[in-house]
Amino acid sequence: MARQTRIRTKPQEGVTEVLVLVSHPMETGQRTDPKTKEKIPAHFIQKMTFTLNGKEIAVADLGIAVSKDPLVAIRVKGAKPGDKVKVAWSDNQGESGSEETTVG
Amino acid sequence: MKRILILVAAIGLTGAATAPALADPASDLKQFQDFFKKKFQTVKFDDFANGLYVLPGNEDYLEQWKAYNEFPPYELGLANGKKMWETPLKSGKTFASCFKNGGKNIAQHYPYWDQTTQKVRTAEMDLMDCAKRNEADFKFLTADLGKEQGARVPLAELTAYFYSLSKGQRISIDLSQPGAVKAYEEGKKFWWSRRGQLNFACANCHMDLAGKNLGGNQPLSAALGHTTAWPAQRLEWGRIETIHFRYMTCNSQVRAKSLKHGSEAYNHLQLYETYMSSGLPLSAPAMRN
Repeated sequence: MARQTRIRTKPQEGVTEVLVLVSHPMETGQRTDPKTKEKIPAHFIQKMTFTLNGKEIAVADLGIAVSKDPLVAIRVKGAKPGDKVKVAWSDNQGESGSEETTVG
Repeated sequence: MKRILILVAAIGLTGAATAPALADPASDLKQFQDFFKKKFQTVKFDDFANGLYVLPGNEDYLEQWKAYNEFPPYELGLANGKKMWETPLKSGKTFASCFKNGGKNIAQHYPYWDQTTQKVRTAEMDLMDCAKRNEADFKFLTADLGKEQGARVPLAELTAYFYSLSKGQRISIDLSQPGAVKAYEEGKKFWWSRRGQLNFACANCHMDLAGKNLGGNQPLSAALGHTTAWPAQRLEWGRIETIHFRYMTCNSQVRAKSLKHGSEAYNHLQLYETYMSSGLPLSAPAMRN
């Protein structure tokens, strides 16, 4: 199945929480396939960039220690309803994805 | 004289053993639900659909569960299921064409007794038959579902979407046919018989020990409301799974040999369990521990 990226915002006392859920295997490269006995190649998200109205507000460097289908959240000060939040990610195998939402 | 006494005792024993089997489902249901209403007097009836989280003493689990539900990870799998449901099959029809009312608000009657085949039918079976009739070639149609996760999970996701179309509908199972009652009795037998090296019946954990922990860190759910959340996503698994797979893992947890995915015994058990949750709203898919 194609990778899904989902984004959601939630107002929280004075700040806005931005939650991102990505369907991604996050393979460490250290597991072996039980049937073929071959190493499963590493496949994980390396960079996740958050932008607010086109301006970069946060960059996360993820690695193999992050779980499968990761949920990443950041808290933003000063985001107003109607603002556009965008997240974009890229992994070590060249795949990428992005999703956008408006602050509610 | 002694012989007569033994004979009388033997008749008494067989009488006692067969009497519960003759009890009709409706009175079983009342007894079953009253047990939990009495055991957990603070829990509202509808809340039982939310599993172990509503039981007293599980407040920490409830907090975690609520946090998960703000952005539940099953949404990913559910979106896959939705896509399968909406994508036309090879014949040009969608899954919705196989079901009454386009598949909406009918899942509360599953599993049901099919008079023509004289068998209990689950939602998974209906979905698979629908795919076959419309010449689709999903992996789950041919694979051994118990063993092949890659084939089973898409079926679970599809079933989860099917159930989500009936969210909130109250469970009502039709046991008016004699065959249905017989299947129900089979399921009841499964539920109450001990199995495995640990010698547990389903009822030992999910009735007597409901709301407590098993082996330290395994919170036990109450049987009332067991089937309402399935197909569900467990934290431990990180994916949506079918109820039969849960039965298989439950069986192996008491060190019993698990039966086949989709076996008749599990269908009967599902019928019994679902009937025992009659009146509760469907909440599938949901997060579970």
